[in-house]
Parts: sequence; structure tokens; C-alpha cells
Amino acid sequence: MSLTRTDLKLLREIAELEKTPEGAYNIRKNGEPAGRASTENITISPKSDRPGIDITVKDGTKNESVHIPVILTRTGYTESVYNDFYIGDGCDVLIVAGCGIHNGGCGTTQHDGIHTFHIGKNSRVRYVEKHYGEGKGTGEKIMNPKTVAYVGEGSFLQMDTSQIGGVDSTDRMTEIHVGKDAEAVVNEKLMTHGSQTADSGMEIDLEGEGSSGRVISRSVAKDSSVQKFFPKMVGKAACFGHVQCDSIIMNDAKISSIPAISAESIDAVLIHEAAIGKIAGDQLLKLMTLGLDETQAEERILEGFLS
Amino acid sequence: MMLQIRNLRYTVSDMPDGRRGAAEKERDILDGIDLDIDAGTLTVLTGPNGGGKSTLAKAVMGLVTPDSGSILFEGRDIMPLGVTERARLGISYGFQQPPRFKGIRVRDLIEIASGRDDLSAADCCRYLNKVGLCAGDYIDREVDTSLSGGEVKRIEIATVLARGAKLMIFDEPEAGIDLWSFARLTDTFSELHRKSDAAIVIISHQERIMNIADSIAVLAGGRIEKYGRRDEIFPSILSGSGSYCDYLKEECGK
Repeated sequence: MSLTRTDLKLLREIAELEKTPEGAYNIRKNGEPAGRASTENITISPKSDRPGIDITVKDGTKNESVHIPVILTRTGYTESVYNDFYIGDGCDVLIVAGCGIHNGGCGTTQHDGIHTFHIGKNSRVRYVEKHYGEGKGTGEKIMNPKTVAYVGEGSFLQMDTSQIGGVDSTDRMTEIHVGKDAEAVVNEKLMTHGSQTADSGMEIDLEGEGSSGRVISRSVAKDSSVQKFFPKMVGKAACFGHVQCDSIIMNDAKISSIPAISAESIDAVLIHEAAIGKIAGDQLLKLMTLGLDETQAEERILEGFLS
Repeated sequence: MMLQIRNLRYTVSDMPDGRRGAAEKERDILDGIDLDIDAGTLTVLTGPNGGGKSTLAKAVMGLVTPDSGSILFEGRDIMPLGVTERARLGISYGFQQPPRFKGIRVRDLIEIASGRDDLSAADCCRYLNKVGLCAGDYIDREVDTSLSGGEVKRIEIATVLARGAKLMIFDEPEAGIDLWSFARLTDTFSELHRKSDAAIVIISHQERIMNIADSIAVLAGGRIEKYGRRDEIFPSILSGSGSYCDYLKEECGK
């Protein structure tokens, strides 16, 4: 299947791809494979029972990457995709996922991606997920991703998830189980505008001795958009967990930030912080004294906040 | 004349006990200020706290809107102009209490200030060195709460230097800065004064800063009490009477 200019733009937005990626990859377009490659250490194979792929990374695979972008350009098309990652011991890999929707019609286009990670021992995984929507049609662009990760002993998972524009509605759930001496870090960036809605739930279970977890969530809600955050950190052993939610509210938007920490062990140390506020007036004024106009100053502040 | 201020007035309402109404009092923050500043000069604005120094500086930058009077910049009436337009004409102002920004790095701020997208790391470091910061340690740091008050303050001064403006106003640049850095900063102001045609206005209580000034203006109670050449004004501050003189003597004695 050849890729159109629209396809390439979506791929650039979600995976910063200008051409076919190096290493293992799987490009899915409107439910069909649009390119796939495995490498010696990373195998991508389609599932037989339901839509989706299995990605298997051999023990000791280092400095390799997997790109699995999804693009939807057909109005009215909806899908649920199940991708399962099996990452061995002693790996160091980058996984770039993400979904771009171009909806030029009036039907709802929806992608629900369910990603499950099984990470072995002493591995490092960085998982980057970007969501993006565009198109002048009236049809909604909806993404409801679910991510489940089991982080094995001594392993490290960093999940960078961002949705900066164009998605009408999202209801996302992230669930991470962190094992002994393992660490999970989630960086969430979210910007909504118009009448968009975004719900983001998270549960990080710190299950092993010496485990740690960190959630850093930054969001901007513009116009009359509505955001709800429910990050929860559960300490089940001697562990350290930190949840930090920081939001900028603008115009007539609404934001609810409801972080929760829950300890089931006397040796659990858990902290949460949450803040919502508008852009500070003195920040705008400072940038205006440097020659930016008010709109430029606002954009620069938001760009920095979500960087 | 770079800057010409005439009969500038700014009044705020004081509301005793938080109540509005008959008991509401008007308080003059600026009570008819006249001030002329030439290009290529360094003027220190001094006087007691609450005397109107910062308000005057902010009125020039457009951060405060006076009730009446006029401000001419290079002969042009800038009263109708906003902050951005004044900045673009060549006025800059270093905040007394600079804001912090999550996610904006020191180099970003200096780049914005310089108005150039292609500011090299070396140029950026040059500005930081001038305010006594070891640039390599700072350029990629965010201007957020991880920096100390003194660090943020010095970065603030570096942004004004990077503007390369015709009129540079620094609002108590010494506040929160340690002695060693302060000496470095005084040298920087001297050098800036020597090498550029800019009009430099520094709000300060420090003798060291007054020593490098061409002129000193003393503001108290919203009025210019004294204004003239340093060698005329400075001795009169030290020997004079009145609350601001006592205050300054105390400050200078530190």
C-alpha cells in the first residue's frame, strides 16, 4: 500500500518519520498493514485471533527501536487494536507508537489501542506515544488508548504520552505494575481546545520492594474543553511514589485533577502535588517587555510548559 | 533627549478596613514627576521604599498606566502605546521580582530577548558571564523554582543586556545578589555605560552603583526631591536631613 501526502504528514506528526523507519516497524493504515519489518532481534507478527500484532524483543537487545504508528484517514472507520510487547531481559529499546487521524468527512473515526507490555529483568524501555487529529470534516476524531505494563525486576520504563491537538474526545487508561527494584516514569502532556474532552486515568501499582514510580502530568485546557485526571499511585511494598499534576486553565475550560495515593505497606512513601491556574500575568508582561505581543507571549509560555 | 517625563501623576485608592465608600482615600504614588534622561547617560534613581521609583519605571515601560502627564521617548509620545510597542521602540525593563517559567530555559529567554532565532550558545554565554553566572551550568536550565532568587535576578539582568535597547531600566538589580556577584555587576554596568550610547537608569540604594552614575535622582513621596550631577547630589544625600537621607545613610553604611 502506498502512502499519500496526508499519510506522510500524519506519520511526521505522530512519529517524526520522514521515511520508512530504521529497525523494526509496523505501519497500520485504516486497519490494513502499510509496511512491516522485523529485525534479527525484534520480531513483529500479526495476531491470528484479533486485530493487532505481537512484538517480541530478544534478551540483550540494545539500542534498537520499534516504530508502530497507526493512521486513519477514512471517515466513519472505527477499530480496536491489540498490541502485545514481550521484552526480554537486559534490553535497552525505544518504542514509538501513536495514532494520527485525518477525518475529512462527517462520520466518527475512532481508534482504541490496547497496548500491553511484558518487560523482563534489568531492561530499559522508553515508550513514546503521540496522538494527533486533523481534518476539516465534522466527524469526530476519538482515541481511547489503554496501556498496561508489567515492569520486571530491576527494569525501567519511561512512558512519554502526548496529545497536543485535534482529538475530539479521549478516554485513556494507563495501568503499570512495578516489580522489585524497578521504576516507572510517566510523562503526560495534554492540550485540549474547542469543545474537546479528555479523561485520563492512571494506576501505578508499586508492588516490589524498592520499586518507584513517578507521574508528571502537564496539561493546558483552552476554550470550553473539559479535562479530568485521576492518577493513582498504590504502594504495596517498601517503595517511593510521586504524582505531580500541573494544569493551565484558559477561557471557559474546566479541569478536574484528582490525584490519589494509597499505601498498603508501612514502608511506602508516597507524595502527590496538584495545581491548576491560569497563565500568570507577570509572565505575559515579562515576555512582552522582551518584544513579544500578547498572543506570542501566551504561545511561548504554553510551548515551554508542554515541552 | 532620550526620555522626557512631564507632570506624571498616578493615584491609587486606599480602602481602610477593606471597605469602599466615603472613607476611601486617594494616595498619590506619582505626584507630578518631571524628569529628563539623555542618551549615553547613567542615572541612578534612589529614595525610600514606597517613594514611587518602581512605579515610575513601570510607567515608562507601560506596565502601569498613569492618570495624567506625558512621556516622550526620542520625542515621540508613548503614552498611547502598549508594553510590546514600547519594547520594540527600544525601551527595556528588568523586573525587581522577575517571574519564573516552567519549561522555558535560560537560553530560550535570552534568545527571545535578543530577538534572534540564531543566537549562538557563545553569545548567550557572554550575557550570562556579564552577570557573574558560569554560563555552561545555566544555559539549559529552566527558569523555574529550581533556581535561587539571586540566580533568577541575574538572568533577568542578562535578558535586559541581550535586548540591546536604547533605554535600559534596572529595578534594584542588587536585590538578592551576593557581594561577589554584585561587584561583577557594577563592572558590567560601568562597561555598558562606557561602550554604548544607551540611556541607563538604575533604581538602587547602593553607594557602589551611585559611584558610577552621571546623575542621581531622589524620589520620595511621589516627587523628585533632588536631581542633578552625582558629585552635587551624593554629598547632599550623605549630609542632608529628612527621612530618605537617614535611610540612605543607613544603606550606604552597610
